[in-house]
Amino acid sequence: MTATASPERTESTGKPRPSQRGDRAFAAIVRVAAFMILAALVAVFVFLAIEGWSGFTDVPETYAPFTSFLTYIEPLVVSTILASAIAVIVAVPFSIGIALFISHYAPRRLSAVLAYLVDLLAAVPSVVFGLWGGRYLAAYLQPMQVWLHDHFGFLPFFGPGPPTPNGRSLFTAGIVLAIMILPIITAITREVFVQTPRLHEEAALALGATRWEMVRYAVLPYARSGMVSAIMLGLGRALGETMAVAMVLATTPETTLNVIGVASPPTIAANIALNYKEATPQRQSLLIATGLVLFVATFLVNYVARWVAGRNARKMAR
Amino acid sequence: MSGAAMQIASPRLPRWAPGLVGVMALAVAGLPAILSGWGVVAWLLAALLVFAVAMPLWSRLVEGRRAAVDRLVTTLVWASFVFAVSPLIWVLWVVVSQGLPAINVDFLTTSMLNVIGDEQGGIYHALLGTLLVTLAATIISVPIGILTAIYLVEYGARSRAARTITFLVDVMTGIPSIVAGLFALSLFVLIFGPAYRSGFGGAVALSLLMIPTVVRSSEEMFRLVPSDLREASYALGVPKWRTILRVVLPTSIGGVVTGVVLAISRVIGETAPLLVVAGATDGVNTNLFDGRMTTLPVFIFSQYSSSTPIGYERAWGGALVLIVLVMVLNLIARIIGRIFAPAKGH
Repeated sequence: MTATASPERTESTGKPRPSQRGDRAFAAIVRVAAFMILAALVAVFVFLAIEGWSGFTDVPETYAPFTSFLTYIEPLVVSTILASAIAVIVAVPFSIGIALFISHYAPRRLSAVLAYLVDLLAAVPSVVFGLWGGRYLAAYLQPMQVWLHDHFGFLPFFGPGPPTPNGRSLFTAGIVLAIMILPIITAITREVFVQTPRLHEEAALALGATRWEMVRYAVLPYARSGMVSAIMLGLGRALGETMAVAMVLATTPETTLNVIGVASPPTIAANIALNYKEATPQRQSLLIATGLVLFVATFLVNYVARWVAGRNARKMAR
Repeated sequence: MSGAAMQIASPRLPRWAPGLVGVMALAVAGLPAILSGWGVVAWLLAALLVFAVAMPLWSRLVEGRRAAVDRLVTTLVWASFVFAVSPLIWVLWVVVSQGLPAINVDFLTTSMLNVIGDEQGGIYHALLGTLLVTLAATIISVPIGILTAIYLVEYGARSRAARTITFLVDVMTGIPSIVAGLFALSLFVLIFGPAYRSGFGGAVALSLLMIPTVVRSSEEMFRLVPSDLREASYALGVPKWRTILRVVLPTSIGGVVTGVVLAISRVIGETAPLLVVAGATDGVNTNLFDGRMTTLPVFIFSQYSSSTPIGYERAWGGALVLIVLVMVLNLIARIIGRIFAPAKGH
């Protein structure tokens, strides 16, 4: 390029080859921004580890009423798994139903509005769900939990202790979590459902398949790994969701599998939120240590979910 | 879309069949509902059950097994949608009906400073806190987010680094908000000592949650910009960076702004990270860098935790204000998106 040819040259500052210098500077800035994201992820891990490290192996008093990190976190882990399991079990059938409804069953003109409604559900702040769950849903679900206790009390999840008197149990918390993860599972499954090749669907219908047979033999097999990844992303959300559990659950330190009992241990995330205010520095390290455990767990779940989704996308590209 | 218009040899139920069965199911379920005094919800549930049995049964008798299964699934799919929307409506209804009585001018313009017992008190300090923290988070995340998106679309192309970053951004969207809060806390505690709490820490935590959403939405928008536009610009001798700033960015600005506003509406309701790192206080604090700072979600949580009638009332009032904020932001995002809709085809 010669110095006289470019009209751009006359507009800009007039220094020699400013465009190249500008290009180089801009490319550098952009790169720095992108790598800051990598740095942020590493930083999350590093800082949690630095601050939380002493929380893993402190003197027994720190873990009162327990004596070591493992015994401290065990009830929290059990509750976290139970609450997330309830959330996923309840949310998945509904999410897939809604996704199918929007992608294949609803009248064309309606489906955009319906998708928007589901997105609105995602926009409701978690603290509002917690408020509603604690003040309304808990009382509403209480009779149902008594019923579960009466009829399925022989299962470890619904017995042997008395059922919750006010509904503020892990079960209710799990239902609130289910409502909160429903939008993300729906959104992702809907996306894969919509991508089903039109030709497959038309071919199925042309062979005389009913709509359900078309969905079952053309849409679902195509979307299977997308659905798996959506469910795992939902699980990741449920594992880390804090406020709904912190506001709904009546807590006790004792490990229990009973999800409709009078009280349960909080989930890891809710435990942090509930105990943060009164924490001594040692206790603070302990809470950060549990936060690190939660971070690693959700990171792994999300990692696998995205990996499955990515593999799926690559498979489709072929 | 289905075979209604198709000529099929086997007999089919008339198009008004579901409607008829629906009305009859409501009537059949209505009888015990009136006799034993069920609520509306129980009545509708019973009606749904009757419908889910009767419709496939009739279909089975007339149309055969396959059609009956199809009818059953259609019923379930519709029902699942109604089920999922009902909590949304319930939540919104409760928030509006419980929140409205709590809201008045005092509620919006006073703080909780020196408010004892059943005195009114207000959310002014929390509103201010939410505004400041969210603003700071936006200022941090928007440049990083947009520049990263530019890197991914314009520079990274299909390089390994870009793919890794895209992947990690996706993974990052799943970081639990409380972990983001703990991260910000660890960072600042390490620098300023164990008692440090500030609104800025909250902003750092929120930007960790906000950046991935901004990256994803702007990336999508930049990819929508037709490459002819870029090539035309290059052909005129415009350097790459000016092409990006003068052609790519202006073309996609509507979508980018929409994405940013949606990201703001997402983090404005975050509670857990702010609870941990920004803490709570009763008075107004406008200094982001020093001292505890109440935000609206944390205000709702602490009023709820007080477990008093007046506390609940304040919590509902705060919840209504928060929901209105989120909905207004959503609406703004939609309007901007509509106005600056990217010109497909040119």
